[in-house]
Order: sequence, then structure tokens, then C-alpha cells
Amino acid sequence: MSAKQAFIYGINGPVVTVKNAPWLQMLEMVYVGTERLIGEVIAVHGDKTVIQVYEETTGLKIGEPVEGTGAPMSVTLGPGLIGDIFDGIERPLKQIENSSGGFISRGLMPDAVDMDKKWEVKITAKEGDAVMPCSIIGEVTETSLIVNKVMVPPDVEGVITKIVPSGTYTCRDILATVRTKNGQEIPIQLIQKWPIRKARPYQTRETISKPLITGQRVIDVLFPLAKGGTAAIPGGFGTGKTMTQHQLAKWSDAEIIIYIGCGERGNEMTQVLEEFTGLIDPKSNQPLMNRTLLIANTSNMPVAAREASIYTGITIAEYYRDMGYHVAIMADSTSRWAEALREISGRLEEMPAEEGFPAYLPSRLSEFYERAGYVTNLNGTVGSVSIIGAVSPQGGDFSEPVTQNTKRFIRCFWGLDKALAYARHYPAINWLGSYSEYVDDLAQWYEENVAPDFIEKRADVVRILQEESGLMDIVKLIGADVLPEDQKLTLEIARVIRVGFLQQNAYHQNDTYVPLDKQYKMLTTILYLYDKCKKWVNEDAIPLSQISKTGIFADAVKMKYDIANNETEKFDQFKEKIDALTF
Amino acid sequence: MNKQYMGLRDISGALAVIEPMENASYDEIVEVKLRDGEERLARIVELTEDYAVVQVFEGTKGMSLENTITLPTGKPLMLPLSKEIMGRMFDGCGRPIDGLGPVYSDQEMDINGKPMNPVSREYPRSFIQTGISAIDGLTTLIRGQKLPIFSGSGLPHDQLAMQIATQAKIADDEGKNFGIVFAAMGVKYDVANYFIKSFEKTGAIGRSVIFINTSSDPVVERILTPRCALTAAEYLAFEHNMHVLVILTDITSYCEAVREISSSKQEIPSRKGYPGYLYSDLASLYERAGMLKGKEGSITQIPILTMPNDDITHPIPDLTGYITEGQIVLDRVLSQKDVYPPVSVLPSLSRLMKDGIGEGFTREDHPEVSNQLFAAYAKVQDIRALASVIGEDELSETDKLYIAFGKAFEKEFIGQGREENREMTLTLEIAWRLLGMLPVEELDRISPDTIRKYYKQ
Repeated sequence: MSAKQAFIYGINGPVVTVKNAPWLQMLEMVYVGTERLIGEVIAVHGDKTVIQVYEETTGLKIGEPVEGTGAPMSVTLGPGLIGDIFDGIERPLKQIENSSGGFISRGLMPDAVDMDKKWEVKITAKEGDAVMPCSIIGEVTETSLIVNKVMVPPDVEGVITKIVPSGTYTCRDILATVRTKNGQEIPIQLIQKWPIRKARPYQTRETISKPLITGQRVIDVLFPLAKGGTAAIPGGFGTGKTMTQHQLAKWSDAEIIIYIGCGERGNEMTQVLEEFTGLIDPKSNQPLMNRTLLIANTSNMPVAAREASIYTGITIAEYYRDMGYHVAIMADSTSRWAEALREISGRLEEMPAEEGFPAYLPSRLSEFYERAGYVTNLNGTVGSVSIIGAVSPQGGDFSEPVTQNTKRFIRCFWGLDKALAYARHYPAINWLGSYSEYVDDLAQWYEENVAPDFIEKRADVVRILQEESGLMDIVKLIGADVLPEDQKLTLEIARVIRVGFLQQNAYHQNDTYVPLDKQYKMLTTILYLYDKCKKWVNEDAIPLSQISKTGIFADAVKMKYDIANNETEKFDQFKEKIDALTF
Repeated sequence: MNKQYMGLRDISGALAVIEPMENASYDEIVEVKLRDGEERLARIVELTEDYAVVQVFEGTKGMSLENTITLPTGKPLMLPLSKEIMGRMFDGCGRPIDGLGPVYSDQEMDINGKPMNPVSREYPRSFIQTGISAIDGLTTLIRGQKLPIFSGSGLPHDQLAMQIATQAKIADDEGKNFGIVFAAMGVKYDVANYFIKSFEKTGAIGRSVIFINTSSDPVVERILTPRCALTAAEYLAFEHNMHVLVILTDITSYCEAVREISSSKQEIPSRKGYPGYLYSDLASLYERAGMLKGKEGSITQIPILTMPNDDITHPIPDLTGYITEGQIVLDRVLSQKDVYPPVSVLPSLSRLMKDGIGEGFTREDHPEVSNQLFAAYAKVQDIRALASVIGEDELSETDKLYIAFGKAFEKEFIGQGREENREMTLTLEIAWRLLGMLPVEELDRISPDTIRKYYKQ
């Protein structure tokens, strides 16, 4: 018996206490009971050590053994992760299905990656090379879209004393040996381990300068997100948080997507799995699943593993960032994660702060969001991790603690609105309450890559929507008929912007994803129409109703369906059509 | 043989503290014998080397520190199951109460169940025709879905649930493989009786399994009632390939029971005194709906909850809405206008509907029609708000058409008879007739092709 053993003293839900085990460290991973359930040390009080267990504790008995592993809760990182689906502590759900059928049993610990799968490894380093942390020594084609770089672990530095030639290897094989400064020989494999609660190091954090293009107009134009940025999507139930997350996972131009279903519905994960396997990425003509990794800890799976799931997700994201990829994380939903924190905190009888949430909720949230960023890695490559977190505020009330604290640590806020969702206006992102602090950072990129007047046009749209909201206050009291013609026009154009531009149909093949140049053309066409109408109304005194009769507004609204993504020349024809109108 | 434990150390609410129990396991069921011979069941909720806390299902009334003997059973609560449970009636923790004797079981299952592996789930796609336009047309129910009814006291949610249970075409084989599992938690006796009588009247009783915990029955049992019901449903669906419709009523009473027990355990409350784990607790019920790959059966859930004070932001409807795949909301104002079923269309939603309707499922125009009805009815609400300020006479011509559309929509589309069973095509026909009241340029959610095919002014 190698490891020292402790014995269970008390059990309360997912929290297990052991006595007289002073060797157990904080955050050390432990095996609990004869079934060897996985747990983590979360507190030490005198002779009592408190462990949270990542599985159901039903059936555990007093006096069963608890065995430490000597290492913190870690995940395995290596080729074979992409395209697969895991639970909150990186157990592959497909393997679990093979061993326990349709329902998840306890005490299973299959390897996260297939250890016996043969990979074609191309070695790029040679004996005698000095390696830094994260230095790349080889390459593996992981999926048709992702080349996995074999890296020296972030905490190893030295000289390669032995290295294998290129060839076929499994994750068990030792590819190289590195001798460190103090003479240790460290074996390098295809896989490495990293503790989930510790951010992987990088060299420098770069200034944000590139947008994460999502193909969703309300986001790309009004509230853009940057690569390496953070965004939150709060919204009551039924406002389309998950739908928006799915759209971003499908269409955003990140190279790798990590989708964390944290305490959400089982059917939703099934849907992502099915849909993404079938969907083809328009840019690469490969199945979307080849760049996606799913972490599913659904609402009925153990609550402690839900708490771990977002750390598991971000650690994997950082691993791929270190290879030089742009990774986007969708966490759906961070509120469920906060609730898991609250539940564990309650079992520990900690003093609660707001609404029963522990006082350390804000610091945990900021730790998580601060792991996003656009960085130069230790090996010199450049990569990014962007985080998009859904928030499920109770009663749709944005003043609750999770939304409020999240707001402090993110820079892009896409607030979803119940009234819009009721009218089936999706994505139901409220244009008045949402914001993006990245607009200024990204202005230069938009001006150089889309159009020099892009930011100006964006400001025009924002202004029209603001004016509309002011006018609607009047309309609600006295009706639209009494407004002067030019204000009626503002309302009409605002409607065209809302229905024809901001509203986007995820099920329409032309509309589900829209490239930036078409977005820009749509925008300028609508503003062109506005300018023309302003002239007719103000200078030629033509009543708005007469312009409406031509059907030009209805046509402008339908532009999004009528003009395919690759036929942007049709916008010029549309402008000609506007010019041709006579009264 | 297991040891017996004499006496108790502490009693508070439904909880009792016993001396440390050797060999007992967490969540195990224990028997508590009173001196007068009464036997009660209890569950271990906290276990340490120094003491054990048990939760007594029938309550601690009449128990003292010295008149009890506690016996461990060595296992969590198991429900004995066989196909014979069809047509039977049980109490809240699965004991027969119809006087027909015990169930001869071929299998016992842990009522807590195990989480379904998301990889093994079959994504639900087959729609269930309920014959109710507001549901079929706008919030289509899908086999394997969990779709709650958010109601208020005094609204006809029971009748609606019953109508769904009677008319639902769930199985493809004319109902041979169709079963109903009904769980009443803390409901009034009359409500339980209404369901039983209705099952008898429609002949559904023979394919129903009924679990009853009325409001006078022990609170702790209420926690077990839905778990027993869902275990029975899982058994029928996945061992006997049946399509099972589970009706759970009333989730509000269930949540109140959870709160009562939580507070007697002196746990830290979150909103409105409900424990922080209410979300996870509810999820452990609702997530047991669904379908599995390679199995023919399915579990469709219709939980009913009464929103306290008709408040949809109350924690119970709120947390439910975050877990379930949509909701059907009933509205008091519509009910007062004598519209049955009083489905409040705008906040109602079926999340799985998008993948189960349209071409190949219902009819190709269905998605666009439902979208348009939602949008048009949302506009009706805006115009009504305006009309209440400036008067209907001052409205524009188009707005007046909307007002007329709104009235007709509520009366003819949402409203229908309590036994009226509408085919899907009839529902869509009514929808098109109503949309015909609006000028064609107002229909901005429908493609020109579909308009050409179906729109008649």
C-alpha cells in the first residue's frame, strides 16, 4: 500500500469529512470510498478535512477509505479531445456509455483520450535542442481542421537528451526526454496533465485589436466582441440564451470552440452533438464537430462536477491557445455554476453574502473571466481565448448578484429582452440596454478591413434606435398619427432596422450566417433609403404614406432573405430601385 | 442481522438524531418502530461517526427520545415494479392503497434514478397531436419533452392536463403502447379524485399508474412521490418500450415541502426561503423525461404548477422554466373572458417544436404560420395598450384590423370546446382564416411562396 489512507468520518450530500489526515493538501484530488469516487479537498479545519465529491454519495458508509493522489485536480491534455464530449471532470461520456449504458453509473474513470490510438507524429525537434516551456517538438493531425502541436509542459525547461524519429505513436509512448537544469530527466509524451484551477502561463498579454466575427448582425455591428475578449449573455428563460450560444458556436470565426453545458438540459447537449456532426463549416467544408469540444454536465448530474466543469473547459482552451489557436468558450450557464458554489458553500456552513451566495463569488467570477485574453505564448505563437458566458438571472431580474458581479468583469454585455422574445424577435438582444466596450478598440480594424465609414454608420444606427425609443414614449400616449412626417419616417426606418437588420432568422439558409461585407451593405442601403426619404419628406413634402405604398420599406425588410451572401452586387440594384422611385 | 438502535437523541420537525449507526450508508432507508407497534420509514440525511440524522417520512408525531427502535434496511428506497402496476394506485412512497394487495415484482429500482447520459439520449423530434389548437399550433408538444403548465389557483389546468392525456396521439399504434403515470403531490382530495374519475370515465385507468399524496398526507412523502412516479415511468418506457405521459401536480406543493424540510435542517435559504439547491432538485425530476437511443419507449412530462399570486418570476415557475423545454402559461384575464383553454400565447413556448414541425412532420407552412401568429398577436397587445389611452376610434385602419384579428384569434383559435379534438390541418386552416383578416403586406414572417399557396383575404 503506497498512499496513506484516511477514513470517512461524516457524509452530508456531496460533502464528505475525514479525520486525522494532515497530509491531505488543499485542492488535492482524492478517491473516496470503496467505489473510488472522485473528490477534491476543499477545506481543512483542525483534525477534519473536508472533501467535495464529484459523484452521488448515496450508499457511502462511515469508515470507508479515502486515498489521496498527492496532486491537485487535473485534466489530461492531448490529441483526441476535439470532437468528443466529456462530463465536468473530463470523463469521456461515450466511453461511459460503453461501460454503463444509457444511464451514468458511479466510480468510472476512463481515460479522457484513447491511450491506444495510433497517431502519426511528425517530430520537429532534435536531440540536443534547448527547449523552453511550451516549446513545440512535434505535430499530430488531430482532426481535419486541427493540427495538435506536441508541447513541452509549461513547467519544464532544459535540453532534449533523447527523441524518437517521426512515426506512429500512442499516448503511452515516450517521445522525448528533457534534462532540466537541476539534472532531472523529464519524459515528454503526446499527453500532459495540468491542474484545472491554475491558469496556464503565457509570455505577454497583447492589446485587444481583432474582432471575433460571428455572422450575427446585432453583435458584429452594434456590440462586437474581440478575440480574447469576454462577453455575457444574461436573459430570463425562453429569451434565447442557448440559441444565441449555439449560433455563435456554429458561425464565429474562432478556430476551436469549447462548449460547456453547465447545469443545463440534457437534450440541448444531444442536439449540439447531433447538429454539429451534421453541419458543415462554410469556410473549411468540414463538419463543425471537427473543431468543437463539448463538456456536458447537465442539471441532473452531480453538482460538484458542475462547479469543476468551467475550469475543465478553460484549461483545455488554454492548452489549444498555447499551440497558437484562437479558441472561444461558450459557458451555458454561469449562473448554474454560481449555484453549485452556493450549494457547496451552504453545506460547509459558510457565512452567506447576497441571496445565499458565498462572499467569494465575485473573486471566483473574476478569476474565471480573467483567464480570457489575446496572448503571446511561451513558445512565441500567438493565440487567444474568448469567453462568452450565459447568465440565467432569477426572474429575469438583472439586479441579482450573478449578473451584477459578472457585469464588472466582462466588457461586452448582450442583454436579452423578454418582450422581444415574446414577439419572436431573435436574437432578442436589447439594443438599448446592451453595450460593448470593444467598439473603440476595434474601430481601427473595422475601418481598415470593412469600410472607412463603418464606425460612423454604426453610430447612425444607434442614434436612430435611440430616437425611436424617445418617440415611442410619445406614441404610447397619443398614437403615431399625430407625429410630424419626419418623425414618422424615423419610426419607419427604425422598424426597418429592427426587423430587417437586427432580427436574424437562424433557420433561414441566407440569414443564419451573414458575412461582414453583406452586413455593411445592408446597413448602408438602409441608411441610403433613409437619406432619400428624408429629402422627399422634408424638401418635396411627400407624405410618408405615399412612400410606404411603393412597398420599398417592405422590400428593404426582406433584403436579408432575398439577397444571398454571395450576391452583394444586388444591393447596388436595390439602390438604383430607390433612385428610380418618383412621386 | 443488522443491529437495532434504541431511542433517539434529538427530534426536530421531521428530523431525528440517532446514535452513530454502524455499517449504515448515506441515503439509506431505515425503519423506525414505535413502542405501540407502529412502523415508520425514514431516510439517513446526514451521517457521521458521532451521530446520524434521519428524516421520518410519516413525521415525528408521537415519537419520544425513548420509545423508538431503529433498524437499518441496508438499501436506498426501492420501488418494486412489474407490468402489473398498470391500473394500480399507490401512496406517496409507492405502497398500494387500492386494497388489491402488494405488487409481485420482477424488479426493484432505486427511486432516485441515475442521470441519463447526454450521449445516449435520442433528440426528440416526433410531435404529439393534442387536438388543442393553442398547443398544436403554437407550442407543439414533442414526444420525450418536458412541458409544464404554469397556472394559477382557480384556473382550469387540471381540465387541460386531462384533455391532453385523453386526446394525445403519442404512440403510432393507436395507443396500444401508451401509458399514463399520474403523481399528485399535496393536492386537495377533490383534485386527486377528479383525475381518477376522469381516468375511469375515459377508460384510461387500465393503462395508468397513480401515485397519490394529498395535502393531508405527510410532507416528507411528498418528496418521494414524483420520484416513485418517474421510476415507474422509466421502467415502463425503457423496460417495456411504452410511450409514457407523466403528469405531475402540483409542483408548487412539492417545492414547499422541499422548503419545509430544508428549513427544519436549518439550511441557509436563498430566495423566498427556498434552499439554494432547489434548481438541482427540480432538475433531478424534470431531466428524467426523454428518449434513449436504441429504446422505443419515451417519457413525456407535463408538470403542473400554480404560480403563487400568478407571479411568473416566483422562484418555482422561474427555476422550472430554466429546466423544462418551454412552458404553457394560463392567463386569468382570458379565463374571465370565458376562453378555454386560457393559454396566454406570448409567454408560452415549446423549445423542441422547431425540430418537430414543418415539412415531413406536420405541414410545411407550420413554422412560418406560428411565427406570424406570435408576431401579429404581440402587435395586437401593443395596439390594445394604445387604444386604452386614445380610444379605439382614433386608431389607424390597419390597427383596427389588428384589434378585430386579436378578438377572433382569442375566440376561435385559442378557444375551443373541452372535448373538442382538432386535427392539425384544422388548426392550420383556422390560423390561415384569421391571418386572412390582415392585409397581406403585414405578414412579414411568411415567405411569398407560402402566402401564394395559402393566403386568402
